Amino acid sequence: MQKEFKKALEVSIPVMMGYLVLGFAFGLLLVSMSYDWYLAPLMSVFIYAGALQFVAIGFFNAKMGFIDIAIASLFINIRQSFYGLSLLKRFKDTKPFKNYLIFALTDETYGLLTSIKEDKTLSRKHFYFYLAALNQSYWIFGTLLGSIIGLNIQFNTAGLEFSLTALFVVLCLEQYKNLKNIYPFLIGGSAALFSLCFVSSDKMLIASIVISIISLLVLKSRVISE
Amino acid sequence: MNNNEIYIAIAIMTLVNYATRLFPFLFFRKKELPAFLVYIEKYFPAVIMTILVLYTLKDVSFTAAPYGFKEVSGIIFTAFLHLLVKNYLVSIFAGTLFYMILIQYF
Repeated sequence: MQKEFKKALEVSIPVMMGYLVLGFAFGLLLVSMSYDWYLAPLMSVFIYAGALQFVAIGFFNAKMGFIDIAIASLFINIRQSFYGLSLLKRFKDTKPFKNYLIFALTDETYGLLTSIKEDKTLSRKHFYFYLAALNQSYWIFGTLLGSIIGLNIQFNTAGLEFSLTALFVVLCLEQYKNLKNIYPFLIGGSAALFSLCFVSSDKMLIASIVISIISLLVLKSRVISE
Repeated sequence: MNNNEIYIAIAIMTLVNYATRLFPFLFFRKKELPAFLVYIEKYFPAVIMTILVLYTLKDVSFTAAPYGFKEVSGIIFTAFLHLLVKNYLVSIFAGTLFYMILIQYF
């Protein structure tokens, strides 16, 4: 048991840095908009999805409808639906941790699980569980720190919400590195611009998603041939 | 939203998020993925990230001075830094700081 924990701690250190900082920013941002401080850690315990939690602040501000929230969340996180495919084998025989491992499958945890070499001397299910739980604990701890510090220290947070924009800009660049194809960005960008101009701002996200999925399907041969 | 609405919203996001992570474990134990799903899977993340960049800017006024100049500068700064340093924490942190300085002092 101890060996597994040590190894998980070691492997998870890069994620620790990232989750503490991003979690902190998320907590700070939520309390800076005068929501109750405990909502941030609550979300990190139950939702545990970085991009979605950040975008959720926007949902709260816009008083978005529940069905729209469900649809938007689905599409923001749909990429995760494909993570499990490469983990079906690895997650076999991981009971009683399996459900938690699936719940805790963030981008970063997925990245670690699929890139580390298997160590036969370790109990795999315990190692996976410690790794997943450590990562979530960093995220919760960062969030808690951000919301409590944000509550007690007064400083000018104007512009802090740009951390979200910056996060997605960086994720776009990473996507481009993988795909080397400009079409999905053009499709997403035009759909979003169109919706910004012609759709009310609380429906903008849903409208952009629908338009871009249709465009992706219509332009399939062109996207693939790039 | 008031707190009760926020609790419902959190519950919805919790369920949907878990469902997206659980999906392949329920439905694709043996079968191959349908071709159109493979296609969407490959390209949709890039699409949604681009949409989300613009979504976060939806309340910025591009028709009145300074015409979104600060936001566009912040994006260019962040992207440039990311290509240079290749560390997402540095780019997000410095990009946000850059934008906060623009907003607060200019």
